[in-house]
Amino acid sequence: MLVSMNWIKEYVDLSGEDLQKLIMKFTLSTAEVEDIYIKGEEVKNVVVGEIVSFEAHPNSKKLHILKVDGGDRIYDCVCGAPNARLGLKTAFAKVGGSVPGLEIAKREVAGYVSEGMCCSEAELGLSDENSGIMELDPSFKNGTDLKEIFDIDDVVFEVDNKSLTNRPDLWGHYGIAREFAALTKKPLKPLSLTEPVYDGDKKIPVKVTREDLVYRYSCIEVSDIKESVSPMNMRIRLYYCGMRGINLLADLTNYIMLELGQPTHAFDARKIDSIKVGTPDKAMKFTTLDTVERDIDTDTLLIYNNDTPVAIAGIMGGLDSEIVDGTTSVVLESANFDGVSVRKSSSRLGLRTDASMRYEKILDPEITITAIKRFLNLLLEIAPDAKVSSCITDEYTKKYDEISLSFTKAYVDRYTGIDIPDEQILSTLNLLGFNAKLNGEEFSVTVPSWRATKDVTIKADVIEEITRIYGYDNFEITTTKSALSPVRETVMHRDSELIKDILVQRYMMNEVHSYIWCDGNKYKKLGIDVPENVTILNIATPENGTIRKSMLPTLLTFAYENKQYAPSYGLFEIGRVVDGVTAENICDERQRLGVTLFDKTASEKELYFKAVEIIRYITMQLRHSEPQFTRVAPMYNWQHPKNTSEISVNGQKIGVLCTLHPSNLKKIDKNAAVVCIEIDMADFEKAKAMPLKFNEPSKFPGVDYDLSIVTNGKKYEEIATAWENEEIPELDGVKLVDTYELEGEMSITLRFAFSSNERTLSMEEIQQHIDKIIANFNRIGVTPRI
Amino acid sequence: MNSKVNDIKALFNEKLSSVSSSQQVEELRVEFLGKKGLVAELMSELKNIPNEEKKEFGRIINVLKQEIEQTVSEKRTAILEAEQQKIIDSAEQYDESLPYEIKTGSYHPITLVQRDLERIFTSMGFSIENYSEIVDDYHCFEALNIPKHHPARDMQDTYYLSTENQLLKTHTSAAQNAIMKKYGAPLRAIFPGRCFRNESTDACHENTFFQMEGIMIDKDISISNLIYFMKTMLSEVFQKDVTVRLRPGFFPFVEPGFELDIKCLNCGGEGCPSCKNSGWLELCPCGMIHPNVLSHGGIDPEEYTGFAFGLGLTRLAMMKYGVKDIRTFNSGSLKALSQFKNE
Repeated sequence: MLVSMNWIKEYVDLSGEDLQKLIMKFTLSTAEVEDIYIKGEEVKNVVVGEIVSFEAHPNSKKLHILKVDGGDRIYDCVCGAPNARLGLKTAFAKVGGSVPGLEIAKREVAGYVSEGMCCSEAELGLSDENSGIMELDPSFKNGTDLKEIFDIDDVVFEVDNKSLTNRPDLWGHYGIAREFAALTKKPLKPLSLTEPVYDGDKKIPVKVTREDLVYRYSCIEVSDIKESVSPMNMRIRLYYCGMRGINLLADLTNYIMLELGQPTHAFDARKIDSIKVGTPDKAMKFTTLDTVERDIDTDTLLIYNNDTPVAIAGIMGGLDSEIVDGTTSVVLESANFDGVSVRKSSSRLGLRTDASMRYEKILDPEITITAIKRFLNLLLEIAPDAKVSSCITDEYTKKYDEISLSFTKAYVDRYTGIDIPDEQILSTLNLLGFNAKLNGEEFSVTVPSWRATKDVTIKADVIEEITRIYGYDNFEITTTKSALSPVRETVMHRDSELIKDILVQRYMMNEVHSYIWCDGNKYKKLGIDVPENVTILNIATPENGTIRKSMLPTLLTFAYENKQYAPSYGLFEIGRVVDGVTAENICDERQRLGVTLFDKTASEKELYFKAVEIIRYITMQLRHSEPQFTRVAPMYNWQHPKNTSEISVNGQKIGVLCTLHPSNLKKIDKNAAVVCIEIDMADFEKAKAMPLKFNEPSKFPGVDYDLSIVTNGKKYEEIATAWENEEIPELDGVKLVDTYELEGEMSITLRFAFSSNERTLSMEEIQQHIDKIIANFNRIGVTPRI
Repeated sequence: MNSKVNDIKALFNEKLSSVSSSQQVEELRVEFLGKKGLVAELMSELKNIPNEEKKEFGRIINVLKQEIEQTVSEKRTAILEAEQQKIIDSAEQYDESLPYEIKTGSYHPITLVQRDLERIFTSMGFSIENYSEIVDDYHCFEALNIPKHHPARDMQDTYYLSTENQLLKTHTSAAQNAIMKKYGAPLRAIFPGRCFRNESTDACHENTFFQMEGIMIDKDISISNLIYFMKTMLSEVFQKDVTVRLRPGFFPFVEPGFELDIKCLNCGGEGCPSCKNSGWLELCPCGMIHPNVLSHGGIDPEEYTGFAFGLGLTRLAMMKYGVKDIRTFNSGSLKALSQFKNE
C-alpha cells in the first residue's frame, strides 16, 4: 500500500520531524516499508503561464509557435499540444527548470527557439492524463509556482501488504496516522465529518438474507450532484497512492477507502429502489463494471436491486448500475461483509480488488457510518448544491463484543525483561486508542473497535503494542537464567549421522535429496510402476500425486540421469516414505535410508558383494553384529526375482538388498550393474547393539589352518554351523580367503585361526578340531577338498 | 723378499686403477687378501726365511696387508658412494602436482548446514528433535493458533493427503505441540525438518524445502532474552558479531511476533545488491510463544513463557554456498551436488 505523508500530516502534526527517519521508525514499530518515493522532486520552476501569442508553425500541422507569459517575462515556446490556444493558462516549465526525466533548456525546435515547455499532468507526474496540456483556472496569477497551488511535493512510502494482514486498521491513511501519532507522541486529529441533514422520510429498504455473511449494511441517497470532476489536489493524492482519477463520485469512494480503509460503493440512484443482500439460488452470469461477464456460484454474496443483481458484495459493482456521465444522484453503500466469504469469492472469481483485499482483513463494522459522514463532508465541499435525499439505512447484524483486558506491571516486566515506566505504558496505549487506566497495580484497557475484530484479544497482544512503540532497538538485552541440563542425542539421529559419514567417507558415495512423491513420468522411462499408495489431493501435476512407498525408485531415476557424470557412483538419501496406511487411515510414515550403486566397470556380482560389505560395515560399526540375509520374494516388480534379500540384525528385520529386474536394468543402462539397499531407520533403531567385547590378545603364537571345500550349493550360514556348533574356545575366527569355480563346482577356501591364552597349541590339538569340522562338513553335505 | 713385496704392491696399484665396481673391488680383495691370495702366499714363504729375519719380514708383510686392506676399504666406500649417487642421479623426481583423480563422496549441502547449526545448538543445551513430514490439521494449524479460515489453511498453499485429515507439513512449527507435550517445561529444543508448500517452482521457489525451528521455554523468559539469544546464536552461525534488529511480524503462533533482520554481511549495512540496498537482510521470523500455543501444548502460560524462532536451512545453504537456483537441492544432479565436501 502506498502512503502519502501529506495525507498523514492532515491528521498528525509532524512539523519538525525528519520524515524519512520517521518512516524508518514505522518499519521497526509497525510494518515493513519497502520503498520511499520523493514526489515532485524533479518538478522545478514550473509556473502558471498564459499563452499570449499563438501562431501555426509554417511547416508542421501539429506544432504551434507560442509566446507564454511566465510572470517575469514573455517566453518563446514551440508546442504540439492539441488544446494549446490563445489565452489559455497552463503549466509552464521555464528554461532552467525541470519536469520528471527532463531538464528544460533553451533549444531549437523545428527551426524556432523554445525556452520552455507547456506541460500535461502526466508530464509533471501528477496523473496519467496526457491528452493535452493542463488547463488552469484563469484566476491564477501568471508566474505563480505550481507547487504553491497544488500539493505536488510529497513523500510517499510503500508498505509491504503482507505485513499488514493482521491490521485491518492500517489499510487506510487515518489508521497509519494513528501509528505516527503514537511514534511521535502527538495527538491524532479528529476526522472532519458532516451529519446528514434530511427531513423527509425516504429510506432505502435493505433486506439481508444471509446474516452470517453480512455484518453491517449502511446506505444513504444523495442528489443534485452537479460537479463531475474531482479537484486537482484530490486527484494528485489518489495518483500518488496508486489510483487513477475517474470521476468525482468514483474518486470520492476511492478517497474514502484510502483514508479510512472502508470500501464504499456508489450506485446510480436511478437504478436502485430496494436493496437485498444475499446469495443466488442457482449459479448465474453477471457482468461487472470492468465489462467482464463472470460466473457466479451460490456461495457468492450479491447485492440486488429488488431481484436484479447490481454488485458482487465487497468485490466489484455491476456494469448496469455504474455511475455514468449523467448521474446526479447516488446511493452510497458502506457495508461490512464477512472477510472469509469475500476472500473465497474473490479467489474463485480470480478477481482481487482494493475493496476485497480490505474486507479479507476483517474490517471494523463500527466505521460504516463514519465513512458515510466523511463522504458527505468531502462531497459538500466540492459540490455545495448536493443534497441528502434519504435517511441513513443501517442494518447492523453482527456487533463485536467490547474487549476489556487488565494486567499488572509485573506481568509487563516479566514478559519484556525490561522496566518500561507506567506513564510510558499509559501514554502509548492511549495514543493508540486503548483507553488505558492504572488503578493501583493494575492496568486496564479497552480494545478499540478497529483492533477488536481479531487482532487484539489477550494481554500478550497488549504487550506487543507497548513494546513495538517503545522500540526493540531500545531494549537492554540479557541472557536467560535457565538451569543447565545434559543434552542427549537420540539413537536415530546418531545412526543417521554415522551412516552418512560411512557412506560418504568410506564408500565415497554422494548424498542426494528427492521429492516425497513419485515422479510418474520419470518412473515410466525406467518401466517402474507408481505403486498404490496415499495420494496428494491437490497437486498441480497429478502424475506426481502418489507419495513414495520406497526410497529406491526415485534414486534409480537419479542413477539414470547421472550416467554422463561418471562410470560408477553410489547415491544415497535418508528420507521419508509412506508404507501404506494404518487401520485408522493414517499414513505409516517411515524414515528410510535408500542406497543405489551404479557401476559400468564392475560385474553385478562384484557390486552385489560391495553392497553386502556396506551393510556389514554399517551393522558391525553401529550394532557390533553381523547382518543376516534371507532370500525373499520381491515386493516390487522392478526388483530381481532371485536376488532380493531381506536384511536383519540380531533377529530384527531392518531392510532389503536387491538387484534389478533385467527389463528395468536394461532401461537404465545396458552395460551397467545396479544394486539397491533400503534400510528402515526405526527398525534399525530396534536392532539392539551388542556390547563391544574385548579379548586380551594371547601371548602365545596362533596357528592358521586353511581348508578348501566344495559348497554344493549350500549357503555359508549353513556351512558355518560346522564349527559354530562345536563351540571351540581356541578358534578365534574364520576368514574367507578365496572363492573359485572348478569344473563347474563352487569352492571356497576358509582360514581357521586358532590360539590359546595359556599355551602354544600343538599341531595334534588343532588337527582334532579340524577333523571334527571336516566330519561336520560331510554331514552337512559340503565336500572338503583334501 | 723385499722385491717380492714391492712387486705385489706395484701389481696391486696397477690392478686397483682399473677397478670400477663393487664386484671388482671384491675380486681384487680376494686376489690379494684372500686365503689363497698373494699376501697369504707371501706369508707362507716366511717359513723359508732365516729366523732372525722372520720378524722384520713379518712386519713388512703386515704393513703391506694393512695398506692393501685400507686401500680396498676406501675404494669400496668410494665405489659404493658413486654407485648410490648414480642411482640417486637416475632416480625420478615425483610431480605431486599431477592431477591424479581421487574419488571422494559428498554430503548434501543441507546436511552440512544442518550439522553446523546442530553443533551450535547442542553446545547451547538444545536437544535435536526429529519430527514427521506428514502431520494432521491440528498440529499444523489449530495447535498453533491458526484459525479455521486463515489463508494459510487454504487448499492452494497446503498439500492435503487422501488419508484422514493429514497433510504435508507447511512449516516446522507443526512439531511444537508434540514436543511440548512430550517434554513439558522447561524445554530447549530444535527441530530441523522438511516442509512443503503447494506452489510452482522456479529458481527462487521450491515446493519442498528445509527449515529449522527452535523453542526455549522456562519461567521468566522475556523479549529481552529472545533478542540476546538470537544475537548470540546468529553471531555463532555466521562466525562474526552480527547486528540484529527486530521488526513487528505477524505469525499467529507468537505474540509478539518479529521479523529479525541482520545487518548485511556483504556490505556491512552500507547497502548493496544482496540486501537490495537496504543494508539489512531479513533472516528469520521469531517471537514469544503465543499463550494459546503453550496451553495447547499442556504448558501453563501464566507460569511459563518462551520464545520460538525459525531458520530457513535451504535459504542459509543458498547464502552460504552461493547457490542461485533453489531447485539444485532436489535435482539429484551429481555435477552440482558432488561439490559439497565435509567442512
